[in-house]
Amino acid sequence: VETFWYGVITLTLGIYVVLDGLDFGVGIVYLFVTRSEQERLVALGAIKPVWSGYEVLLVASGGLLFFAFPRAYAAGFSGFYLALIIVLWLLIARGLALEVRSHVDHLLWRQFWDVVFFGASTLLAVVFGAALGNLIRGVPLNSDGYFFVALWTDFMTGPEPGILDWYTVLMGIASVGILAFHGANYLVMKTEDEVRTRASCVSTVTGFAAVGLVVLVLGAIHFVQPSFQLNYAAHPVGYLFPFVGLASLAAAIRFRRRGKEAAAFSASSLFILAMLVSTAWGSYPNVLIATTDPANSLTITNAVAGEYGMQVALWWFLIGLVLFCAYQIYAHRLFRGKVRLMPESIPPE
Amino acid sequence: VASALLYDRLQFAITASFHYLFPQLTMGLALLLVYLKSRALQTGDEHYHRVARFWTTIFALSFGFGVVTGIPLEFQFGTNWAKFSNFAGGVIGQTLAMEGVFAFFLESSFLGILLYGEGRFSPRTQWFASLMLFLGSWLSGYFILATNAWMQHPVAYTVAADGRLFVNSLAGLLANPWLFWQFAHNMTAAVVTGSFVMAAVGAFYILSGVHSDYGRTFVRTGVVAGAISSALMIFPTGDGNAKQVFEHQPIKGAAFEGLFRTQRGADLFLVGQPNMETLTIDNPILVPSALSILLYTNRYAEVKGLDAFPRKDWPDNLPLLYYSYHIMAGLGTIFVGVMGLAALWLWLGRLFIANWLLWLLLLSAPFPYIATTAGWMTAELGRQPWLVYGLQRTAEGASPLVHSGNALFTLLGFLGLYLLLGILFLFLFAETIRHGPVGRSTGHAA
Repeated sequence: VETFWYGVITLTLGIYVVLDGLDFGVGIVYLFVTRSEQERLVALGAIKPVWSGYEVLLVASGGLLFFAFPRAYAAGFSGFYLALIIVLWLLIARGLALEVRSHVDHLLWRQFWDVVFFGASTLLAVVFGAALGNLIRGVPLNSDGYFFVALWTDFMTGPEPGILDWYTVLMGIASVGILAFHGANYLVMKTEDEVRTRASCVSTVTGFAAVGLVVLVLGAIHFVQPSFQLNYAAHPVGYLFPFVGLASLAAAIRFRRRGKEAAAFSASSLFILAMLVSTAWGSYPNVLIATTDPANSLTITNAVAGEYGMQVALWWFLIGLVLFCAYQIYAHRLFRGKVRLMPESIPPE
Repeated sequence: VASALLYDRLQFAITASFHYLFPQLTMGLALLLVYLKSRALQTGDEHYHRVARFWTTIFALSFGFGVVTGIPLEFQFGTNWAKFSNFAGGVIGQTLAMEGVFAFFLESSFLGILLYGEGRFSPRTQWFASLMLFLGSWLSGYFILATNAWMQHPVAYTVAADGRLFVNSLAGLLANPWLFWQFAHNMTAAVVTGSFVMAAVGAFYILSGVHSDYGRTFVRTGVVAGAISSALMIFPTGDGNAKQVFEHQPIKGAAFEGLFRTQRGADLFLVGQPNMETLTIDNPILVPSALSILLYTNRYAEVKGLDAFPRKDWPDNLPLLYYSYHIMAGLGTIFVGVMGLAALWLWLGRLFIANWLLWLLLLSAPFPYIATTAGWMTAELGRQPWLVYGLQRTAEGASPLVHSGNALFTLLGFLGLYLLLGILFLFLFAETIRHGPVGRSTGHAA
């Protein structure tokens, strides 16, 4: 049952990254694909009705990790103290930018929030990528099951690393490239005319960047966390996930070139999800890997909460899942198609 | 590490108090919005549609600020209170996860439909969305209060071999006896806040002579709902809460009433300052035996004072607790007076020409916020020195490796950011009011 929740949390987080990742992606490419106020409203209109619904998944993933593996939640959140508080501040800034920008009709006001939206989205992509890098590389857990890492030390991996080292920085950059690609694909699907053309160019550039970065990151895992190979060696069926991931990335680039917008976006979503599942496959059964002593690692067995709680949660989680899927399908039908501005929301020039 | 504990506590207290300024308005407005949407559906009158649309915009503004300030609270359980999370996560993780999976999700989904779905949906669907929004926001309050109720009055747990707590009955956790009065009191308070804000905006429109017809609807709705909810705050919900505190947390009760000595026929202090040197109340104004009568309807009943308990179990900031409680209770009483008077004038048909009373309604708007904050300070300061009542002391719950300098740094960061957020909210709130309930809501692209 622990394995089930490990899977559920991986998938919830994965879906969060796919969905909120497209918001981050739109934020990263936002300034490059829009010129006029009207184009900006179109780009923002593509994510405004949905973004807070996606951010719910972050809260839900946090809640699920908290209830299923409280020890890992406690260790991880206190250990990454500074990074997580910075994430909070960035999330606040990005949410504000999205919500308050259109409230005031003034050029400087809107330009200011545009830059905040871009900056916060980009930095969040870096931090989330680096966070994943930290989970892969491992953290210096002590024998009580706690740790505290500085923002950076000497940028080397090893027993006493910082949050940022050469590997996690690489992951951060890869994350920006991948999410920019993903967000650009989303905009190609949701917009028309100039915005679509520019997003299409961005998608081409970031698509090839993503391929390069993914290859680098995968290659580097071998040096940073050799233990990942153990699970793959023991259960070679796991190779399916990175394979599907890479194939999806290739497919996304091809589909986009042939003008199959929805297929390209779906493929880049599948790519992100498959890569995250690959990570979880390599990490299992660890939730937090110790760089100090493997015995200090927090695993699904030593970090798990009580048996009864795990069982009873299955019921309410399944109900929640059905509700969530029903609503997502409903909302996608509702907001499907290209974004078109209603006449009254176009500002007087 | 001792000073880190202080910063951890201050950071949670400040971020939680600031956050709660927003949900109390949304939860209160959610109920009033169902009423307004029902009127719109019933009458088919464009007037009520506009009124509902206007308050949906305010709701959305407050909800957005509530979301961005809410996530830091969930994070802080882990970042600043790691030992508490490890100790109690097996229980309260359930309610927090359920809040994320059900309530928050329901709320954000149906708000999207209300905000962006107009024109695409029938008025009936819109009405349904407002009902779901109400359900979502109150369910959210329910799960969060279930979490707090468990910290006040732990139930339905077993202690594992390593000392951690695990839930053993989900039904027991969700039907914590503590929760009934706490939920009733808290949600009624949210309605009080929503009503006062609605009445104040209405009074503002009537007094300034713009959108007066809308202003009258706002004032009428706000005053009727405000009069009912203010009365319910005192009885039965406030009364029920006080009785359960004296039953299960007698130290908290004695501390917030300022009762240092056990007394038969205990007095009720209306005014006065706790003196921590002499352990008495300075310059008291009191009603003799009133506390015994209120709690036990018996003039001679004995009420345990602080002297009946070891000092290490006393709340660690007694005067602040005492003041919080008295501010909450005093304001609550004044609210009944203000709203009662306004309701009477409304009934006499004189409210809309009584400028002094409209001014009073306008200026009253901030006070429900002060009262709810003071109420939460009473609940939480009074729980000290415990984090989980009787099971874990606050000092044992903080993160072991987060140094005080880091905690102070982030505390200051939050203070600065939240100051900015507060200014921004007031500015946008004022902009929305200036724009008024005319036409469609401001330029949302969809």
